Amino acid sequence: MSEEEDDIILSELDDEELVQQMFDDLYDGLKEEIEEGVNILLERGWEPYRVLTEALVGGMTIVGKDFRDGILFVPEVLLAANAMKGGMAILKPLLAETGAPRVGKMVIGTVKGDIHDIGKNLVSMMMEGAGFEVVDLGINNPVESYLEALESEGPDILGMSALLTTTMPYMKVVIDTMVEQGIRDDYIVLVGGAPLNEEFGKAIGADAYCRDAAVAVETAKEFVGRKHNQGVTA
Amino acid sequence: MTNALARMIAAREWILADGATGTNLFNMGLESGEAPEMWNDWHPDRITKLYRMAVDAGSDLFLTNSFGGNAARLKLHGAQKRARELSRIAAELGREVADRTDRDIVVAGSVGPTGEIMAPMGALTHELAVEIFHEQAEGLKEGGADVCWLETISAPEEYKAAAEAFRLAGMPWCGTMSFDTAGRTMMGMTSSDMAHMVETLDHAPLAYGANCGVGASDLLRTVLGFVAQGSERPIVAKGNAGIPKYVDGHIHYDGTPELMAEYACLARDAGATIIGGCCGTMPEHLTKMRAALETRDRGPRPTLEQITQTLGAFSSAVDGTGDDSPQPSRRSRRRR
Repeated sequence: MSEEEDDIILSELDDEELVQQMFDDLYDGLKEEIEEGVNILLERGWEPYRVLTEALVGGMTIVGKDFRDGILFVPEVLLAANAMKGGMAILKPLLAETGAPRVGKMVIGTVKGDIHDIGKNLVSMMMEGAGFEVVDLGINNPVESYLEALESEGPDILGMSALLTTTMPYMKVVIDTMVEQGIRDDYIVLVGGAPLNEEFGKAIGADAYCRDAAVAVETAKEFVGRKHNQGVTA
Repeated sequence: MTNALARMIAAREWILADGATGTNLFNMGLESGEAPEMWNDWHPDRITKLYRMAVDAGSDLFLTNSFGGNAARLKLHGAQKRARELSRIAAELGREVADRTDRDIVVAGSVGPTGEIMAPMGALTHELAVEIFHEQAEGLKEGGADVCWLETISAPEEYKAAAEAFRLAGMPWCGTMSFDTAGRTMMGMTSSDMAHMVETLDHAPLAYGANCGVGASDLLRTVLGFVAQGSERPIVAKGNAGIPKYVDGHIHYDGTPELMAEYACLARDAGATIIGGCCGTMPEHLTKMRAALETRDRGPRPTLEQITQTLGAFSSAVDGTGDDSPQPSRRSRRRR
């Protein structure tokens, strides 16, 4: 920045400027500013769902795009997601009250033997940022815990993550078990993790491999949209 | 200069390191999800065999089976209290193999990442990370490792914590990072960032470099990035044998032994001193790599085009080191 700028007073901005400023603040991971922005929009009579989609999801979409393009990296995205969570914490109870539409639901977890949860956490946060409901099973999940969660949560999507050569084959164990139990096609199965690639995802029977959290969100939206369309025509 | 690796670096133009640990252990029956480090205790014969395979294939240096042997990782298997012990056994088995070989072999005590995010972004403090790495380093030292070998690191904070731990343990070391995200580490570090960071450490490594990541081509672009910074410090190149594919229930990396031989020579031409493989690199790859390094003359530093022509395309157009990096979509309007 070439010139010294004064601190921005959010409440003095009009709606459009404020949303643009929130995009910047999400990009910079400024949690308090995001919380303030959310509260101002609510005070101005915005529906909680509109605040979520236009300000937060809109801002996180930009973050996701630059993450996908190798402009932002994990530390920046964690900060942005943290700021978004601050805003979400205010909106969540209000969204529940107002019965806002649901984009979709995902159960996600890192497979057995793998403790890496950085990528998985990013996916969780970006999915929430995109309006999905996410049930995070954490790390080191045996096939049983995935199946239990599918049963009890009834999600649209199952997400699995693995970061090690030694743990990635376990994804196939989970998918094979789902096939055996005849429930494979009830869910969209997305896989991700550093050593994986598209071909691997196909070979083990997943619906798609997602290179990173941003791609996961795009893919999830696409598949859920397709699933809903099928529901209508069927 | 009493250290075995320092002596070897001084005496040799190139050093052949080892290949994969996980991929090889799978072939010996490791189940997906199991902690490979438990085999140090349960199946020492198989671990000895793993080391022996690398040595017999021509490696001058091999890594111990202790990559996930820190307390943070072993916690998952309820074995966090065994971090020092399992690392010690991993090194003891290695020491035995090295001492029974009639040429010089360096036992490098593998130390992998904690798997946690460091403060302030995550929960792991510098002090705790140092403690975790220090415990493992002491175990590796007790077992007779010549050096500690930090690998697959993404965060500079974690690299620095390990450096401090190795200083506390009085161990010389090498440390590589994994450049798997648009040519940078997951945390956004570029090859030139790393080359500079290494020189700022109190207890600097004997050699630094890159391992794992996306494929052999990307790894060599990273090596060229190090070299461009003009550091005299020896460089490590340990790339994967291609990319993983799922064939008949097994993970198979698609890089052939012949391709890895090309990679080894290009790595040397690019300026790497310690050259090896990572995931998917089997003994047959190492044999070809050794033969190529021994029989072919060192060539001029390869261009990016020569690398992609020989080894395949890069995973991203740029790696963050040039001026042509993509620009952020938003600009910061606030004062930080």
